[in-house]
Amino acid sequence: MTATVPPVAPVDRPRRVKRGSVIGNTGLYVSIGVAALLFLVPFYLIVRNALSTDPEITGENWKFFPANPQWGNFTELFHDTTVDFGRSLFNSAVVAVLITVGTLLVCSLAGYGLARIPYKHANKIFYMVLGTLMVPPAVTFVPSFVLVSSLGWVDSYRGLVIPVLFSGFACFLFRQYFLGFPRELEEAARVDGLGYWGAYWRIVVPNSLNFFAAIATITFISGWNAFLWPLVIGQDPSAWTVQIALSSYMTNQVVNFHLIFMATAISILPLVFVFLFLQRWLVQGVAQTGIKG
Amino acid sequence: MSTTTTRGVARPASAKASPARPRRGLRGSSTFNFWLFTSPFLIGLTVFVYVPIGWSLWLSFFEARFTVTPSKFVGFDNYWQMLQDSKFTGSLVTFTVFAAFIVPATWALSLGLALLVNRLRFMKAFFRSVFFLPTACSYVAAALVWKMSMFSGVRFGLMNTILGWFGVENIAWLANPDPPWYWLVIVTLRLWLQAGFYMILFLAALQNIPPELYEAAAIDGAKPGWQTFRHITLPQLRATSTAVILLLVIAAYQAFDEFFNLLAKTTWGRPPLVELYYTALGESQDYGEGSAGAVILTLLILIVTLVQGKFLGFGRGDDK
Repeated sequence: MTATVPPVAPVDRPRRVKRGSVIGNTGLYVSIGVAALLFLVPFYLIVRNALSTDPEITGENWKFFPANPQWGNFTELFHDTTVDFGRSLFNSAVVAVLITVGTLLVCSLAGYGLARIPYKHANKIFYMVLGTLMVPPAVTFVPSFVLVSSLGWVDSYRGLVIPVLFSGFACFLFRQYFLGFPRELEEAARVDGLGYWGAYWRIVVPNSLNFFAAIATITFISGWNAFLWPLVIGQDPSAWTVQIALSSYMTNQVVNFHLIFMATAISILPLVFVFLFLQRWLVQGVAQTGIKG
Repeated sequence: MSTTTTRGVARPASAKASPARPRRGLRGSSTFNFWLFTSPFLIGLTVFVYVPIGWSLWLSFFEARFTVTPSKFVGFDNYWQMLQDSKFTGSLVTFTVFAAFIVPATWALSLGLALLVNRLRFMKAFFRSVFFLPTACSYVAAALVWKMSMFSGVRFGLMNTILGWFGVENIAWLANPDPPWYWLVIVTLRLWLQAGFYMILFLAALQNIPPELYEAAAIDGAKPGWQTFRHITLPQLRATSTAVILLLVIAAYQAFDEFFNLLAKTTWGRPPLVELYYTALGESQDYGEGSAGAVILTLLILIVTLVQGKFLGFGRGDDK
């Protein structure tokens, strides 16, 4: 316990580190501190650029932080006419919320039905759901676009939201969760005269809010950050989500660095809030979704 | 759909306790309730997942340019076209190169971070959050930062600024495929964005390792550090490692956002999905070849998943 611990293969036993090993501990905190700083560099760049003027960003010498933070970049962004960023923010909020609510509703009901309601063909139907997990969703964007465009749903909220809702994976997760839900609670509800439907809404859902919150957090983040499907569907700028607007900045002829980075900062802000306040559910959600694979 | 009330009686024997009494009427029928709960999802799944897949299979055997209701049957022509298309096969090579970098790098970094964070006694939650935070960032936002600030090819990009302090000339990170610096840009971006996610998975697995194992190893004289890591931690993480590698390969296979945004308007560094996007939705709007490409990609990922599962012994290992 005398040498400093190499960062790649450290001792992984918190309780075994002896009190005296100050050097080992310092080494640990130094290496993890350096790693943490490196991980924060991109966020630093976003904030720095968002609050700078263009000459400060493109100037001869690196400025670590703008002398006068340009909070006016915020209002300037929303008055900029080349890209309607406010509209794209609104679209993203609507789409991500609808996807979250819709996915929770549709997939939790189905997951409960598959887990708990006896039906002779339930197994076959469950295999039909599992089969869709074999096909990576990103690969089916061509046929999905073909279908959605023939429905006339291009450039609409319907097209952005509805095809995304029927996630076999979310249904699978809910089914697994409900399989482990205590039967006694439901049976008590049955004795009280509630049917499946009543028991579900009055007993099962209120006792599963943690799980719903975890799935909701994950779904909201992926809805907000989605790129490929909104790119395919949002052909007219009025149907752009935030991600498409950001993407368009990268190919525009005119480059206003301070506006582009202000837009990036704003696009990340909602998720940073999710991180700060909902991290418990997020971590739980990641553990839930990751374990299955 | 059955409307009789007898279904409630015919429940499997495995159900632990029988319900108070089979309920009368439609509302109590379990068949009716089964469909009440599942049909919204099943209808959606059929319409928005199964129909597109079937339609796509059908389209892949037709000449379908600018139309999704083609009439000219061409057999496997679209498949041969795609397989002979050097752009499409090249995109598979691009994926292979990408996976060869990103999978081991992410595995090692996320495991390393998890081991470090797991040892902390103070500020554990803080550091875990810092490494996890990039997961909140979208690939598009990250691509913007990487392209326009960190790896900007001009003088005021961060990397070029730092290199400039050491007297190194500006490097055109993305605009020049030779030497292929763009790989550094792409791999670091994804590494930064996804490492925290997998770190969480490793952290959960590390906490599940029984401490008695380490105590027994110490009694047996195993040295802390590399020995215990090699002979206890790593084998105990086998199932998680396998799952993580599988997830990483599948995620790399579906990479689109950062390639599309970082390398817009270039002809190099196109992974399969980007190539497919340009085939089906680009200027030629060739849905026939695009669909054939999608079928080929789906089959490939199936094969990779199955082979990898067999090879790495998915499902075997250290379940307690």
